[in-house]
Amino acid sequence: MSENIGKVVSVNGNLVSVEFNCNVSMNEICFVKVGDTALKSEVIRIKGNIAQIQVYEMTGGIKCGDMVEFTGEMLSAELGPGLLGQIYDGLQNPLPLLAEKAGWFLERGNYADGLDADKKWEFTPTAKIGDTVRAGEYIGTVPEGAFTHKIFIPFYLLGTYTIKSIAEKGEYTIKETVAVIADERGREISVAMSFKWPVKRAISCYSERLAPTETMETKVRLVDSFFPVAKGGTYCTPGPFGAGKTVLQHTTSKYADVDIVIIAACGERAGEVVETLTEFPELTDPKTGRSLMERTIIICNTSSMPVASREASVYTSVTLAEYYRQMGLNVLLLADSTSRWAQALREMSGRLEEIPGEEAFPAYLESYIASFYERAGYVRLPDGSRGSVTIGGTVSPAGGNFEEPVTQATLKVVGAFHGLSRERSDARKYPAIDPLISWSKYKSVIDTEKSQYCKDVLHHGNEIESMMKVIGEEGTTLADYIIYLKSEMLDSVYLQQNSFDLVEANCGTERQRYVTDKLISILGSEFALSSKDDARVYFNRMRQRFIDWNYTEFQSDAFKKAEGEIDALYNEGGGKLTHDTERLLKGGE
Amino acid sequence: MRMNKVYNRIESIVGNVITVRASGVQYNELAQINTRFGKSLAQVNKIDGDIVSLQVFAGGKGVSTGDEIRFLGHEMRVSFSEDLLGRIFNGSGEPRDKGPALTDNMKAIGGPSVNPTKRILANRMLRTNIPMIDMFNTLVVSQKLPIFSISGEPYNQLLARIAMQAEADVIVLGGMGLKYDDFLYFKDELSKGGALSKTVMFIHTASDPTVECMMIPDMALAVAEQFALQDKDVLVLLTDMTNFADAMKEIAITGEQVPSNRGYPGDLYSQLAARYEKAVDFANSGSVTVLAVTTMPGDDVTHPVPDNTGYITEGQYYLKGGRIEPFGSLSRLKQNVNGKTRKDHRALMDAMIRMYSSYKETLEKKNMGFSMNRWDEKLLKYGELFENKLMDLSVNLSLEEALDLGWEILADCFEKDETGIKSDLTDEFWPKD
Repeated sequence: MSENIGKVVSVNGNLVSVEFNCNVSMNEICFVKVGDTALKSEVIRIKGNIAQIQVYEMTGGIKCGDMVEFTGEMLSAELGPGLLGQIYDGLQNPLPLLAEKAGWFLERGNYADGLDADKKWEFTPTAKIGDTVRAGEYIGTVPEGAFTHKIFIPFYLLGTYTIKSIAEKGEYTIKETVAVIADERGREISVAMSFKWPVKRAISCYSERLAPTETMETKVRLVDSFFPVAKGGTYCTPGPFGAGKTVLQHTTSKYADVDIVIIAACGERAGEVVETLTEFPELTDPKTGRSLMERTIIICNTSSMPVASREASVYTSVTLAEYYRQMGLNVLLLADSTSRWAQALREMSGRLEEIPGEEAFPAYLESYIASFYERAGYVRLPDGSRGSVTIGGTVSPAGGNFEEPVTQATLKVVGAFHGLSRERSDARKYPAIDPLISWSKYKSVIDTEKSQYCKDVLHHGNEIESMMKVIGEEGTTLADYIIYLKSEMLDSVYLQQNSFDLVEANCGTERQRYVTDKLISILGSEFALSSKDDARVYFNRMRQRFIDWNYTEFQSDAFKKAEGEIDALYNEGGGKLTHDTERLLKGGE
Repeated sequence: MRMNKVYNRIESIVGNVITVRASGVQYNELAQINTRFGKSLAQVNKIDGDIVSLQVFAGGKGVSTGDEIRFLGHEMRVSFSEDLLGRIFNGSGEPRDKGPALTDNMKAIGGPSVNPTKRILANRMLRTNIPMIDMFNTLVVSQKLPIFSISGEPYNQLLARIAMQAEADVIVLGGMGLKYDDFLYFKDELSKGGALSKTVMFIHTASDPTVECMMIPDMALAVAEQFALQDKDVLVLLTDMTNFADAMKEIAITGEQVPSNRGYPGDLYSQLAARYEKAVDFANSGSVTVLAVTTMPGDDVTHPVPDNTGYITEGQYYLKGGRIEPFGSLSRLKQNVNGKTRKDHRALMDAMIRMYSSYKETLEKKNMGFSMNRWDEKLLKYGELFENKLMDLSVNLSLEEALDLGWEILADCFEKDETGIKSDLTDEFWPKD
């Protein structure tokens, strides 16, 4: 016992120095004993016989000479059936369980297991005695909600193993041995349905990492058609406060076409988590017909919870995402907000008295952000199936200015950028993604040329609008004015989307293709309009009909009726398709 | 139990921070220091071997190396009981009024945060009888909202009015860097208005020591939390959080911490959030609602203090030109309640704001010398009525009276179908002459 114990020699905020004379490893977990409680901590620097540890709790009451116990383990997540539907803090403590133990408040030193050790799961073996297996391959399955949860050879086992025995189909707890495997030297290892994995290491038991080519539908038109996200890709959403970052992520978490959603509420308001907790159990997952909560895991380390575990929370989240990817599932991780995580790094860096970089962020900020986003990916698994982890992170830039270190470091590594603008949110244009600054490297759900055509209309319209501010409406030609009206219409009927209406918010690929074709046929037509007043009135009417159309169920009678009205109005305005547009629309078929 | 160990050799005095050689001292523990100017509390903010650093609440001025330091064996605490009501304290928890010191039932301040799974969705309106709040940006029980303001705006008058009129069981007022006359103003107004008996005040004035300024929000919120756990709806009014942040900055810089943005410490966001997140609605119990004045240096909303605050809070009230500005202001939680107040509430609110925005455009046109048509004249009349009858801070109306007045103003200026309100509502609510 005595060999893995140290004692406190200094305390500065949540940074504590510990004198030890045993072996201590970097990022090892240890516990500081304060009275009857033990406070979880992580070793973050070792110098001589002094280890500096960050305490995941408030450090009041710690004194010199207090005992510190080293565990020999790194900060780990427990992986196994039962993760779905859970609400964890950043260290994988189930919050409802903590509430049962401690009541209203998150008392320090109160921990609970991430998975229920008593619950029995229906195990079905898929491997047999004598099979050769490697880490990341599965030997059996259990049903978990709508999913088939695979039971893996633990990811940390190196080399190949032979199955010596495997449990029969039946009910087991996650700690019971379901198989015994032997390594090349015949050394036997028991395998249970759960195991631990250090969260700061990426899980890489896949055969091959593939390029993210398949688009992940978010059902947000502006995203899917113009600034798409791929399964296994990464994207970021920076924006000033009040621009709707959280609402956008909330909508995505409900409608995104993935199997599992992991919500990392990292250093944000507790009230927002409460909204999700209240709403999700009531909503249905369109893919499985079950409660939306059954495909969701919430990792919640809100702004007033200790910062060190805020730092850990993003790693815990991405580890759980990688674990479910290993089962051949598509997982979406939504991190809100990565700036708070970066600030947690900054706070610790300051205490360690490291030389500060820009805005006092540590010099390693960029590489940390890069290696976090690099944990996303579309992979081929040992059994040939494919799975993905998609990461979407919000960024909360100071003063809404994107020229700050976290936004810039993030933009270097992500595949799509959805920049929210205060201007658009003030004008109540939601989602407030600014189409003039955003970009994506992934494939749109609509034809690329059509997507580009619409973006060109927006850019052109914007140029004319800026010009009009100088020379007035009078000085603008009718042709230019019509382009401006068309781009305004595109903005209000397609880019803007009501995320609170069930039909409007859930706009699938088929519909997006259908509607953009109709839109392009209008944007790319010439109309018999003789004055600016006529044009304004005409496009206002067209806009109104399109908005009504958006609220109808796809391909329903109401949908067809509303479409008929658009066509009628098109003919009334003497619409005539230009040659180029005709070719564009044909090319897409 | 180690009791009252006394040390009388101070090793260093830098700013407000002193160090002594001592053993067995706990992090964050309080000590009492006796100087020639009297006693002061001090809090341990760093332990390095046997060198203990303490933050002296009364400041380092006049502290002598031979002064006596006595460790108290506990962290900062505040006494909690009904006796607090009607009383005034400073940042050390000592009485500022003539009343006795309170030492019963001491509670730690700056306690742990509420388990998110134990919170409930904010869904009760908190009435203030200020139309710009109740009608246009409804305040919700357990909401945390700052009042963004430039210096010179009547924000303390606004707070005092809210304190007197708000539907809350207990008011806790935390004053940070308050001008002495503002302190007197609060005291007079609340006793005139009869709200003093349900109010507790923690006051730090501009001339008091900086360290005490930092304690005010924690003291106020700890007391509020205790009342809330006793089923009380508590409204916490803080003024001014920018002074709190500046106190933090001063202490961090003297403590040689690396500054991040305009001199503020890197944990500004976490520090502010730890206070604001104390706002809570406990299931089957009371609640804490927080309204906090945040003055914006140079009217700049991107200044670190209002900027970080905006990311934490659930909207903001924007005080400008002596009025709560309808455009910059936002209550993110208003949708949770304004659908169940009166059925014309939302529609009327939207229409009136839309009209007011048109009025602003017309006003701009007018100022640029364009001629006004009949519609413009209508808008100009409307804007003036709206500003005088509803926006003025002295207006004191219940929500229902304000809604009725809203319809009257509309009817005074427009025809029914010019308002863009659904006809079933205009049929029911349009005033009949």
